[in-house]
This record gives sequence, C-alpha cells and structure tokens, in this order.
Amino acid sequence: MAREYFVQVAYLLASGLFILGLKGMGSAETARRGMFLAEAGMLLAVIGTLLQAEILRYEWILVGLAVGSAVGVAISLRVPMTAMPQRIAASHAFGALAATLVGLAEFLGSQGHGEVIAHPKMAALGFEVMFGSLTVTGSIMAFGKLQEILPSAPITYRGQNATNIALFLATVGLYVYLIVVPDAAWAFYAMIGLGLAIGILIVLPIGGADMPVVISLLNSYAGLASSATGFAIGNNVLIIAGALDGASGFILSILMSRAMNRSFTNVLFGAFGSAPAAAALKGGAALPVREVTIEDAAVQLAFARRVIVVPGYGLAVAQAQHQVRELAQQVERQGGEVLYAIHPVAGRMPGHMNVLLAEANVPYDALRDMDEVNPDFPECDVSLVVGANDVVNPAARTDQASPIFGMPILDVDKSKSIIVMKRSMNPGFAGIENALFYDPKTAMLFGYAKSSLSKLVAHMKGL
Amino acid sequence: MSNTGLVSFMALYVFMLAAFVGYQVIGRVPALLHTPLMSATNAISGISLVGSLVAAGSSDTVTTILGTVAVAAASINVVGGFLITDRMLRMFKHDPGRPAKRPKLGHGG
Repeated sequence: MAREYFVQVAYLLASGLFILGLKGMGSAETARRGMFLAEAGMLLAVIGTLLQAEILRYEWILVGLAVGSAVGVAISLRVPMTAMPQRIAASHAFGALAATLVGLAEFLGSQGHGEVIAHPKMAALGFEVMFGSLTVTGSIMAFGKLQEILPSAPITYRGQNATNIALFLATVGLYVYLIVVPDAAWAFYAMIGLGLAIGILIVLPIGGADMPVVISLLNSYAGLASSATGFAIGNNVLIIAGALDGASGFILSILMSRAMNRSFTNVLFGAFGSAPAAAALKGGAALPVREVTIEDAAVQLAFARRVIVVPGYGLAVAQAQHQVRELAQQVERQGGEVLYAIHPVAGRMPGHMNVLLAEANVPYDALRDMDEVNPDFPECDVSLVVGANDVVNPAARTDQASPIFGMPILDVDKSKSIIVMKRSMNPGFAGIENALFYDPKTAMLFGYAKSSLSKLVAHMKGL
Repeated sequence: MSNTGLVSFMALYVFMLAAFVGYQVIGRVPALLHTPLMSATNAISGISLVGSLVAAGSSDTVTTILGTVAVAAASINVVGGFLITDRMLRMFKHDPGRPAKRPKLGHGG
C-alpha cells in the first residue's frame, strides 16, 4: 500500500514539474531551467512506474530503455539544425507508435483473458489507436517529404478529397461500432489499417511550404493519442502530459495557419499551387526592375544607420546564416544597428528560423517577430531581403484579387530602401508575382545568396 | 452509472483542466522559442513510456514484445527530445551589448 502511495505522489509531482517546465519556456532566460524541472519530473515518473506491482519482470524493459536511449542520444547529438523539422516529424511518429502499441497490447491482453473491455475504456482505447496509427504514417510521410526522400510537391489525383473523407468516415464508423461492441476484433484491426492508410493519404497532397501546419497538427494528434492512453490505462500523468502536448500542437497549428492566411481544412484539402496561376501582376514582364551591384549595395549598407534583415527559407537552403551574421557585424562596425525580422512561416516548422540564426551566433535580442518589428520598417534605412518572397509581398495588403490577400506580411515596402537578394526573377512557392520587386525603392541583387553575401562582407571590410 | 464510467468521467475533468492550463501556459511562449517548445513537449509526451513500461514488464509474451518496442520508441523521444531541446536552448545567447529590456528600434539609441 505504501508503495502505491509513493507511485501516486511521484506522478503528482511529475505533472506539476511538467507544467512548471513549460512555464519556463516563456522566456529564453528561464527556458533551460524549466527543462531541468521537466527532466526531473520525467525521472520521477519513470522510477515511480518501475516500482509498480504490475511489473513482473525487468529484462525486456532494460532492453527497450537501452536501445531507445542509445538511438535517442545518437540522433539528437548529430542532427543538424536545418534538419530539425524532419527530426520533429520522426519523433511524432515514435510517440504515436508507442501509444498505438500500448493500445494494441491492452486490447490483445483483454482478448487473451477472454474479458470484454468496458465501453468507456474502449472509447479511450479506440481513440488512442485511431489517432496513433494515422499519426505514425502521417509523420513518416512528413519526414519523407522534408528529408526529400519523397517528392515535396503536392501529389494530387481526381477524387482525392472524396476518397479521404470517405475513408475517414469509415474509420469513425468502426470506432463508434467498437464502443458499442468492444470485443469486435476485426473492427479493431480494420480501424488500425484504415488509420495507417489515412495518415499516408492525407499528407500526400500537402506541399513542402505547408509543412509548418502539418507538423503542428501531427504534434497535436500525437499528444491526444498519449492522453487517450492515459484514459485507457487510468493514468493521470499521461492524461496531463498528453493534454499539454496536444494544446501546444493546437496553438502552433492555429498560429501557423493564421500566418499563412489559411484554415486547417484549406491546408488539408486545398492542395495549394493549382489555383493561383491567374494572379500574374498587371503588365507582367513589361515592368522594369532596378539592379544593383555588390559595390553599390555595400556602400548603401555601410551608410545605413538602421538595417533590418528579412531571412526566408531560401537563406536556410543556401546555408548562408553565418554570412548574414558577418554582414551584420560589418554594418555594426560602421555604426549601424541590425535587426532580423522573422515571419512565423520563415522556416519549415514553427520558430525554425530563430534556431538557425541563433546557431549562427546571432543574439536573440536582435531576432524580432512580425508584430514586434512591423512598426519599425518606416524608420529603417535598408531592408535586406534574403530568400524570402511571399511573406514580403505587399499584394497581401493591397490586392484583393491576389490568392495571398489578407495574409499577414512583413511591411518591408514601408522602409526607406530595399535590397532583395534573389537568384532570378522566378516567383515564389505560391507562383505569385511580387510587386515589391518592381517598387522604385527596391534594388535587386541577383546571384546565389551565400556568394553575394560573402562578396558584400569583403567589400564592406574594405570601406 | 457503473463505477468504471465514473472513473472515466473524473479523467475527463483532469484532461479538461490540463488542456486549459496548457493553453494558457503555452500561449505565453514567444515565437522565438517555438521550435524548442515543440521538441520539449515531444519529450514530455514521451511519458507514454509509463504505459509502455507496464506492458513490457507483463508476463504475456505478445504484450511484452509490443511493450518493449513501445519502450524503445518512447525513450527515443524522452532522451533524444530533452537532449536536443537543451542543445537548441544553449544556442540562444543574450547580446551583452544590448540592454535586457529589448528596446524598439529608433526609440532607444
């Protein structure tokens, strides 16, 4: 009995420590301390569980723990920061796999003992396995697309949405049937099969640029599956940790959707890229763009008092974060001030660009999110746009006919002058022309971002 | 209502309150830390390790096999998740040249 109390106290403390740990994430100063609390909570919960009377043998537990820890350490020490979205997608798959397997084990255990699972428990177990299985394959698909093992372009075919909706309804139908008839093994396995299929099919039509929403949504599903595990086995710490994870994924999904001016349903059923072809800028190619040389751009930056760098995913692809940092140092050496304007979807997952710049030793004080930095643009001497396109397109504010109309953007067009670094005049992922490039205040610096930045740094050093 | 039904109902209260707390706490995390946040919540949700441990320690062979795989998957998330979160958070550095109270550009100096 005393042992049982110890276990419950350990779980209670762990739950509190998890919440305090996430509270620490409220600022960069307290985040690491917060994580130590969460780690302590996890250790307590694991020790508590190992003392439970239901555990009859330890040898396989040790094997699982050893293998998992070794793989976890190996992955997390090696993975580059640019590959963080893939790693997160993979971990959603692992989390959901654990939840699904625990659910399956629970179901098989009851079947083996000839017991019929009670209806409320089956509701939890079914939910766990349904969301778990679709998150496993959905996350593997997202991983494949981000890792570019699979083509990152949307894969669409006729009747795709109708098929997906029909499959989803069939899965929900099986789930409801299972709650009513909890010992229908065929329905349980069919539901797992359909869940796995839906995970694949639902991510197929989603393009690389929409990944921030997908990853956040899968995060939420993985959390809900864990929470359902807690309901099924009657464990509060699981319910709480899963709810925290689910809430986090939910908030991030909303933020990402809002930043892209899309709804969940639009991301999942939209298959972007097919519609907006008609949105060419009036006059199109006839409009002149102004080109600038490296020398002139270097002089312009050297005399600027306030510079805002606008990094886009193109910067991460070019691996040019360090060159940006060196350029900022040169501007600062000349007496200027540099800030970085980070759009919520600047990377392939929420907050990705901040991590990439922090890795390049940019102090976090200089990293500003969209709402924070937008009022600063009118006072900015030079905005330097590196590998960003749609997130700086003023059409989102002005052109009602544009497919990105209403999307929140960085108000780069309000700054005193603009330098856009771009490889060529190809439009961005949405296939939309960008009026910013034709603005009389804008100068285009064509070439590969990394080499252009290095040349700029070299010229500024000579000034 | 049966006893198990009532127990599930209490669990719904726990879930609802935890979801509200999570929504409030996580809503205050700045966009700056959204990637470490996702990796941290991933590590925390590796708590499904708790359920996996019980399955892996059972006397039934099939349950043990499923449980052992689940233990491995969940501990990848726990160990890997916390390590990588810390690796990221260590990279976020404060600029000693700037005051801690992030001033607005053009209004501070």
